[in-house]
Amino acid sequence: MGTHVSTLRTLITRYCVGEENWVDSRTIYIGHKEPPPGAEAFIQQRFPDNRIVSSKYTFWNFVPKNMFEQFRRVANFYFLIIFLVQLMIDTPTSPITSGLPLFFVITVTAIKQGYEDWLRHKADNSVNQCPVHVVQHGKVVRKQSRKLRVGDVVLMKEDETFPCDLILLSSSRDDGTCFVTTASLDGESSHKVCVHSVCARCVCVCVCVWLASFESLSLLQTYYAVEDTRAYNTEKEVDCIHATIECEQPQPDLYKFVGRINIYMDSEPVARPLGSENLLLRGATLKNTEYIYAVAIYTGMETKMALNYQSKTQKRSAVEKSMNAFLVVYLCILICKAFVNTLLKYVWQASPDRDEPWYNNRTDTERQRHIVVRVFTDFLAFMVLFNYIIPVSMYVTVEMQKFLGSYFIMWDDEMFDEELGERAVVNTSDLNEELGQVEYVFTDKTGTLTENNMEFIECCVDGHVYVPHAICNGQVLPGAIGMDMIDTSPGPGAREHEELFFRALCLCHTVQVKEEETVDGIKHGIHQGKSTSFYISSSPDEVALVEGMTRLGFTYLRLKDSHMEILNREDEIERFQLLEVLTFDSVRRRMSVIVRDSSGELYLFCKGADSSIFPRVVSGKVDEVRARVEHNAVEGLRTLCVAYRHLSPEQYEEVCHMLNGAKLALQDRDKRLAEAYDVIEKDLILLGATAVEDRLQEKAADTIESLHKAGMKVWVLTGDKMETAAATCYASKLFHRNTQILELTTKRTEEQSLHDVLFDLSRTVLRQHGGMTRDSFSGLSGDCTDYGLIIDGATLSAVMRPTQEDYKEIFLDICRNCSAVLCCRMAPLQKAQIVKLIKASEEHPITLAVGDGANDVSMILEAHVGIGIMGKEGRQAVRNSDYAIPKFKHLKKMLLVHGHYYYIRISELVQYFFYKNVCFIFPQFIYQFFCGFSQQPLYDTAYLTLYNISFTSLPILLYSLIEQHINMDILRKDPSLYRDIAKNSLLRWPIFIYWTLLGVYDALVMFFGAYFLFNNTTFTSNGQLMTANTQMMFGNWTFGTLIFTVLVFTVTFKLALDTHYWTWINHFVIWGSLVFFVVFSLLWGGIIWPFLNYQRMYYVFMQMLSSGPAWLSIILLIAASLLPDVLKKVICRTLWPTTTERIQNADKVYEGQLSEFTPLASLHAPSKAGSHRRGSGSRRNAPNPRRSEPFSKKTMFTRWQRAPDYSTFAPLLRFADGSRWPKQGRGEAGPGTSV
Amino acid sequence: MAKQAQDFANRPDNTAFTQQRLPAWQPMLSAGIVIPGFVLIGLAFIGIGVALLVTSQSIQVFEMDYTGVGNNHPCFHCSDPKPKPCVCKLNFTIDFFLKGPVFFYYGLSNYFQNYRKYSVSKDDDQLSGNLKNFESPSDTCSPYQRDNNKPIVPCGSIANSMFNDTFKLYQNVNATMKPVPFDGKGIAWWTDYNIKYRNPDTTPLRNAFNNTVKPIFWPVPAYELDPKDPANNGFINQNFLVWMRTAALPDFRKLYARINDPPYAEGLPAGSYMLEIQYNYPVLAFGGTKKVVFSNVSWMGGKNDFLGIAYLVIGTLCVLMSIVMLIVYAKFKFPEED
Repeated sequence: MGTHVSTLRTLITRYCVGEENWVDSRTIYIGHKEPPPGAEAFIQQRFPDNRIVSSKYTFWNFVPKNMFEQFRRVANFYFLIIFLVQLMIDTPTSPITSGLPLFFVITVTAIKQGYEDWLRHKADNSVNQCPVHVVQHGKVVRKQSRKLRVGDVVLMKEDETFPCDLILLSSSRDDGTCFVTTASLDGESSHKVCVHSVCARCVCVCVCVWLASFESLSLLQTYYAVEDTRAYNTEKEVDCIHATIECEQPQPDLYKFVGRINIYMDSEPVARPLGSENLLLRGATLKNTEYIYAVAIYTGMETKMALNYQSKTQKRSAVEKSMNAFLVVYLCILICKAFVNTLLKYVWQASPDRDEPWYNNRTDTERQRHIVVRVFTDFLAFMVLFNYIIPVSMYVTVEMQKFLGSYFIMWDDEMFDEELGERAVVNTSDLNEELGQVEYVFTDKTGTLTENNMEFIECCVDGHVYVPHAICNGQVLPGAIGMDMIDTSPGPGAREHEELFFRALCLCHTVQVKEEETVDGIKHGIHQGKSTSFYISSSPDEVALVEGMTRLGFTYLRLKDSHMEILNREDEIERFQLLEVLTFDSVRRRMSVIVRDSSGELYLFCKGADSSIFPRVVSGKVDEVRARVEHNAVEGLRTLCVAYRHLSPEQYEEVCHMLNGAKLALQDRDKRLAEAYDVIEKDLILLGATAVEDRLQEKAADTIESLHKAGMKVWVLTGDKMETAAATCYASKLFHRNTQILELTTKRTEEQSLHDVLFDLSRTVLRQHGGMTRDSFSGLSGDCTDYGLIIDGATLSAVMRPTQEDYKEIFLDICRNCSAVLCCRMAPLQKAQIVKLIKASEEHPITLAVGDGANDVSMILEAHVGIGIMGKEGRQAVRNSDYAIPKFKHLKKMLLVHGHYYYIRISELVQYFFYKNVCFIFPQFIYQFFCGFSQQPLYDTAYLTLYNISFTSLPILLYSLIEQHINMDILRKDPSLYRDIAKNSLLRWPIFIYWTLLGVYDALVMFFGAYFLFNNTTFTSNGQLMTANTQMMFGNWTFGTLIFTVLVFTVTFKLALDTHYWTWINHFVIWGSLVFFVVFSLLWGGIIWPFLNYQRMYYVFMQMLSSGPAWLSIILLIAASLLPDVLKKVICRTLWPTTTERIQNADKVYEGQLSEFTPLASLHAPSKAGSHRRGSGSRRNAPNPRRSEPFSKKTMFTRWQRAPDYSTFAPLLRFADGSRWPKQGRGEAGPGTSV
Repeated sequence: MAKQAQDFANRPDNTAFTQQRLPAWQPMLSAGIVIPGFVLIGLAFIGIGVALLVTSQSIQVFEMDYTGVGNNHPCFHCSDPKPKPCVCKLNFTIDFFLKGPVFFYYGLSNYFQNYRKYSVSKDDDQLSGNLKNFESPSDTCSPYQRDNNKPIVPCGSIANSMFNDTFKLYQNVNATMKPVPFDGKGIAWWTDYNIKYRNPDTTPLRNAFNNTVKPIFWPVPAYELDPKDPANNGFINQNFLVWMRTAALPDFRKLYARINDPPYAEGLPAGSYMLEIQYNYPVLAFGGTKKVVFSNVSWMGGKNDFLGIAYLVIGTLCVLMSIVMLIVYAKFKFPEED
């Protein structure tokens, strides 16, 4: 795993910074002072200034660069080419027809991008120009931020945002610490916004932080000044510091920094280690500290934040891919049409009387043109004539649909969480429809499935269990000292262990006490108002533990001058000197502190996961504790073990030596530290264990169950231990009682080789599932066993080892056949690896990752759709996600309702767009056969231009925004409907071909309908026949207008037929656009337009309308065009109804009341529904006509089951089938935590 | 308090629109609606179809080709483009009373008035009487823009290729040729005649045409198109207007005149007639044919069986399909609805 991490990091580094001529380290002269003579010769390195540039354009290059960017999009480029061709050659249609829409699209986009860039410029300027206090020659000088140079000593005051990456030299606080909120770094925005942080956050929007190994991020972090410079805390003193800093060259990892400071005190340099605890990052804000002095080490574009500027990779939805494939087909059709027509033209012209009949002579220039040029020009002209088959407006409409459509997600009141005051957020509207295509859901456990609201449940010291009886919610209750001893009362020896255990928990943590809280302007210290003070930590577990200790009588007060103060049960303050902190990391999975108590004794307290503590324990009641830990883990509690070790002064010396050696290393510091920790944390004596509960989120189980029913596979990826995670999985109904659990864990691979285990499992799974097709409702077909797989991180990395490709295959095979998979003990990067593995498997399923913490970011970025939960762990996940929701339960509506709607909406949009353009252009293609292949357009220019822009654009846009083929309550209650649209089912090739053929059919009907009316007959107006004085002839423009009229009506009616949800807006837009077409045509033909050089449309439309046969034929042709589609719909609906259609029918039968009932009961036996059915008995049998009455339910469904194949209620049957629907209360019965 | 207010601020609007819960009519194409609908539409269409077909059948059409192919054809001698002018006489008999008002058409086939270059080859400004465009016709008229550096008026291929055969009809009454009067007025669109096409205001009209030349193929200039009626000259000559409205398809008919003056206002009686044709227009060069058509009209225009048949077909289809659907529906739906 380690190798994976480092490879990835190298890749990131390479990608972000480029590898060119890196000097290993840089030397910085604090205050630009030269080192004393005798120090190594120095070459002043050149560093960039502190200017931040996030803008893309300047005033001068905006137009060319933006144009270039825009025309790099294939579609825009295509339209540009068409436009240029129209300008260059003599084409049938005016350049305006394609130039105007293109110009419109390009301008709108350019304005939008220009505005965004202007905002960035503004933000850049205010960042670059905001004043910074710099110490120069013992004085504080104001400087513009952009003029800051590496080596400058900066004075920062409270609430100021750091202008570059700084090393903390000294602080106003005595202990040389300062507090920093990384608000703008990880996006938490609840803090006060100071002048600078506004811009900082603007810049931050595009920061994508790669967090490799951090479990979580804290809100307030402590940074430490270098010990030897801590005392210099006035500008004069600071100016005297004579020191150099050696540190690595800038690299993007926010939380990694190694450096060394050489302080020349009495000409003898002292070297001290610098780590990320000394490094203040640009964009963070100083808090709770009056002022600090710090030295700039990375500036401008070399700051860690700037190195993290990296736009998220553009995710493309499956629909977009289909759309592109269809586009390619249409492009081929277009080229074929143009090619065929060009070819036919020259074949046709082979006979001279056709080439140039006497009535239609060419000009001399045309005659002299070379044949190749003529052919080529003709080809281009045909291309131009048919280019409308791929309309600009489709792109615009799709973009608008996505953009506007995403508002419905944000507006959704049901996805508003009152507790958090948050609503759903859409970061990427491009993926709306992908929400309806999800096949795999990868979810984090902590904070996603669970609330991440840790509560101390119990602790166990040497097998004695202590449970605090006062349950309180995240608050330190004063005077809540008391406990219940559940077990036996401990003996005197145990008493000592017990106290040591409590002290250990009070000392071994990184919790900070938020000492001051301003309430109504009065500052309360911890003594006056305990209730207003609270603990802050990067890990909620630690807070829970420390709070739990408070309830058990030991209160952690503060850390003061490296002394930790504890208020013990006797209300005495005990002081421990904090000597070393061996910080937590996810590889070791433990942390330790070394403290010296008041009597001078040295202790090492270690706290960590059982698996990482037990192997290091030499004595203590291991078995008792282990039993308790396992018991608790099965209950779904998060357990930690606590151990200690006495250190003799000599041992401590040795420890100090090792740690310092490792800390000072510039190379491989992490590795050496890990080694040192490994040596130090050994020979431990086990004290006991703790148990902390993380409650399941509200409706998490219901949500998971729905996702399962919707055919999604849910994987839980967690860093927790297997037992805890498995318990959560049972509680959240990921695993059911009858789920057969397959284990692929270290425990098993220790017994058997990985190879055997894998083959064993795959045999088990495949035997069961062998005969089944994957698409069949696997959950429905009888009593086949559900499989659940548990795999842990270590085994996973063994499986994923690149040398063993076949393992991966087998593993995927197993996973595919398991309904639920639990991956525990995952490192953040492994989460992403799993997602990637599934993504790359042969079916290329659509994946969704949901998580709340920084450790989920990699997974969220990797998955097709990344969803962030607005949890407690900062905004990392939210900012990197595509969508963010307040709670896990909202995922259900997000996918089942919004995802479903967007998918059907956009698929109809795409198909309909192609269809209506086939209808539009195909008659024009056929017309070429009747006009000597002369590129004569069938329709007038205005019609060509406006067809896609205004006559037929709004209805489909509106459809794609508000269509609801099924009531949303039904969608939510019957998740299996989601399967109807799985696998991009509405955009498969057969359906696409159906639409295209329908388009061709309509085009043929329209064209030949009009053709037979016109051909060789007196197709005449009879409007004035009463006076018998006129009988007019209709020309070619009337012919085109007739077809066009039929066309507009047909495609609009086709959409109307597909619309299932007619709100007043639909009526308005559909009828409105038809009326608009008529009014426009009347107007366009009613006036001699002075700006046109031809008046070919003058009175054409009116003349046509004054003709009875025209009316009749319009009606006839519309009817004939729509007939087969209606027929197909009705027949299909009756003979082979989809689940969706069945539900629609059912809903119809129930007159829309289906949705008014709750999921289980309603679909079983809504009493009103029952009354519609003669003799169904539900009414008579149910004394209380509400909801589910089991008996009547049964009778009804046995009746329906008689003809299950054609029953409207076939999909609902499954609800009646008790074995399929897990009994309510199973959750409680299972080994779950309380819900 | 502040927190509460913030919550409200962030809370989405709870309106029917934002929550996607607008009241809606949710129709469904179920068999129950579609079958009766199809029957009704089908029956209506069949009714219309029958009416159209009956009307169409009642329209009488009398057609004669006069291209002059074949030695026996009276116009054969004229089909050779050389000797001009050439007159040929077509004798024919109408066996039935051709009920009036009778419309007289000429028809051309294989003639591509919809050829792109052809159909744009005119100058709308010139044709609306703009004298500026008399001096310098639009480029679209090319190659019939200028002749020997003098502007052609009216310019362009369409005008240049105007149909210029003329017809005179005589009824053979007891061996005397009694002329049947043609009424050449009111055969063009009212808007074309009154608004779109305008002669310059110059009087006499011929002065406007000074320094211009007539279209190359024209025997007479535009202001002398109709020697009998001075109001029918220039750009508002009815035959010119009819010609200028380019046909949609290569086989087309254009109205030449109506027969609505007494004594033929009631129609053409059965009997023998003679059509005297001034044969000017060459069509054999491009493989075309020429014909003349006598026809009367009904409320639905000229004879066109297609519309009636199409209505019948679609109507029948609707009814048939509704029966098919009924069978399907009965077979698969009824047990369940029981």
